[in-house]
Amino acid sequence: MTPRRMLGGVLALAVVLGGGGCAARPEQAADLVVWHWMTDREEALQTLAARYQELTGVRVQFELYAPSDVYTQKIQAAAQTATLPDIYGVLGESRDFAGFVKGGHVRDLTASMLQQDGAWRHRFFERALAMSTFEPGNAYGVPSGIYGVPLDMMNIQLLYNKRLFRQAGLDPDRPPETWEELLALGDRLEAAGIQGLVSGWGEIWLIDCFASNYAWNVMGRDKVIATIQGRVQYTDPDWIRVFRLFAELREAGLLAQGVVTMVNKVAEQTFAMERAALAFNGSWCVNVYRGMNPNLEYGVLLPPRVSEAHPMMIWGGAGTSLVVNARSRHGGEAEQFLRWMTDKDQQVFLASTTLNLPATRQAVEEIPEVLAAFADDMDRSFHPSVLPVSEYPAVLEAFDKGIQSIITGELTPEEVGRQVQAAKERELKRESRRVAP
Amino acid sequence: MKVAVPWRLRLREQVVSMGFVLPALSLFAMFSVYPFYLVAKLSVHDWDGISPEAFWVGFGNFLEVLTQDPVWWQSVWHATWITLLALTIQNGIALVLALAVNRDLRGGHFYRVVFYVPPVLSGIVVGLVWNWIYDGNFGILNHALRGLGLGHLARAWLSDPGTALTAVAAVHMWKGFGWGFVILLAGLQSIPPHLYEAAEIDGANAWERFRHITVPMMVPVFFLVSILTILGTMQIFEIIVATTQGGPGYHTEVPVTRIVATMLGQNRFGYACASGLVFGAILLAVSLVQVRVSRQIAFTQ
Repeated sequence: MTPRRMLGGVLALAVVLGGGGCAARPEQAADLVVWHWMTDREEALQTLAARYQELTGVRVQFELYAPSDVYTQKIQAAAQTATLPDIYGVLGESRDFAGFVKGGHVRDLTASMLQQDGAWRHRFFERALAMSTFEPGNAYGVPSGIYGVPLDMMNIQLLYNKRLFRQAGLDPDRPPETWEELLALGDRLEAAGIQGLVSGWGEIWLIDCFASNYAWNVMGRDKVIATIQGRVQYTDPDWIRVFRLFAELREAGLLAQGVVTMVNKVAEQTFAMERAALAFNGSWCVNVYRGMNPNLEYGVLLPPRVSEAHPMMIWGGAGTSLVVNARSRHGGEAEQFLRWMTDKDQQVFLASTTLNLPATRQAVEEIPEVLAAFADDMDRSFHPSVLPVSEYPAVLEAFDKGIQSIITGELTPEEVGRQVQAAKERELKRESRRVAP
Repeated sequence: MKVAVPWRLRLREQVVSMGFVLPALSLFAMFSVYPFYLVAKLSVHDWDGISPEAFWVGFGNFLEVLTQDPVWWQSVWHATWITLLALTIQNGIALVLALAVNRDLRGGHFYRVVFYVPPVLSGIVVGLVWNWIYDGNFGILNHALRGLGLGHLARAWLSDPGTALTAVAAVHMWKGFGWGFVILLAGLQSIPPHLYEAAEIDGANAWERFRHITVPMMVPVFFLVSILTILGTMQIFEIIVATTQGGPGYHTEVPVTRIVATMLGQNRFGYACASGLVFGAILLAVSLVQVRVSRQIAFTQ
């Protein structure tokens, strides 16, 4: 082969490879593409997609990317390259969601929601829709409106194993109602050789969740907001009280060994296999436990309050919300599909097959009995995403890691308070050094 | 006799040569130079990864990494500690096993395969398996300790601040010693046998043969293994993710977990890029020192 021919071959290959890289994205085989992270709902979603195609002829393709942190990376990368699918979900805080909206990646659904006297909007529980809504004058500078469609709801509570309670000589029909009664369980369970509380406190957000519940109970919503705004410090006695609760749990011997590095999947397995008497987990666990141990006998327990000053609140709200890509060429069809997904039949189907709390009012009347206990406390739920402000992620990390250190006995609540406040001040300083592009 | 090559021919040759280099150069530019440029550009900005605007912060991110982030330096120390353990214990074990297998040991081929199994396993899988071994309540390790009458040592190895980092290091060493074993074994097998035979005739004992033949001949291999160990261990990530996620507290945080945490957990892409560049510079400096030292020693010998 002559050099000229070889060169020709090399260049041709380069053109083919380079051209391939620059080629326009091939036409999607499906009419609508949906990205999600919910392994437990994959089968049900595929079933609904098949039904929708049968009904309308529109082919919807659900693509699963799990676990959730991988999914988050996937949508971030896709947002940066403007290759998001027609429908997707945004995981994270309001700040993250706001970033997607401001980046032009999320379609404003307000007009559709409010059509026909707000028929679509009124299907939903307020708490479910709140997480997808930006109010006028919000702190993120996002135009007010409704940007997402909730498919289900969730809240996070304590769960207790009734059989292990009996084994420890406790009354399974009378779970602890006060913080002191909860702590007293430690000795009883230890004497019976049963592990206490398991939870995914290695995935720090669940610690944050437990602590936030008690922050609302100890100091109330306004003081929590004031702290986020920087008007109250994390060294405040109320925050120290919240941190001390974890020391009390440790001292009472109520925490399972290894809880500080435990991921929630392991915590779920441990509780489902009846190796721990208590778990702190979300309503999605009903489906998870059913898969792991259908004979598990357990009850739902609202975390006992420590203060009478404010009501006990629990993390909750929309479990899954999907958004329509503002750049999608099939935005209208995507909206239609999401509207169909929130019709009563589909919501009942999702609730009964995936055992998640439905997001719409009509469907909740027909949920399986086991979910009713979670649903009962939905009115007590709150979510940081619905607050007008959100804490810096670096501060949340210091907060959650600090609590881990309290649980291991390394740091005192006061030391953690000081560390978290120091992280807060660093972030405020960083914010101030930003220069507009 | 020199013949002048016409300029047209020279130009054509150069164009042809460039044509051959171009594909490789394009790929290198696309997948190495351009990403590096983007990382460098992002490192002087504050960007959340999604918003259309990024804020210029100059060297602020670098200053923060170098002077205001104690967790970052803690994470560098953790990686250094694991590296020190790997350099000594992991490579020591690898050398002992390589020496053993290098002798005409019965079933030598079997051991070669067995010792090489851990490195080819996924770090995540290895981490999950060791989670069960280390489990505070139901783990095999505690069970064995209780069986040996050492129940007082039983603990949640990965959740105890006093043991978490070393426990993670042990997993890393278990997974990594096979690499060193294979390279060291190849090095041992490349030493000409007549050197040992001559030494034996001269009356050298086993230790003297090891000290005066094996060690000097293996110096370049030791350096290769050391540099691979340092670079591989400083970048430890999967095992941490599968075992402790950097906890309890910050006790098992390493530079790569910090970079990921700041990028994806805190949405600070610029800061993560600055951390990555600082970390890259540290690794480069370590490698340069090591190469220089190895040249010095090779020259001396």
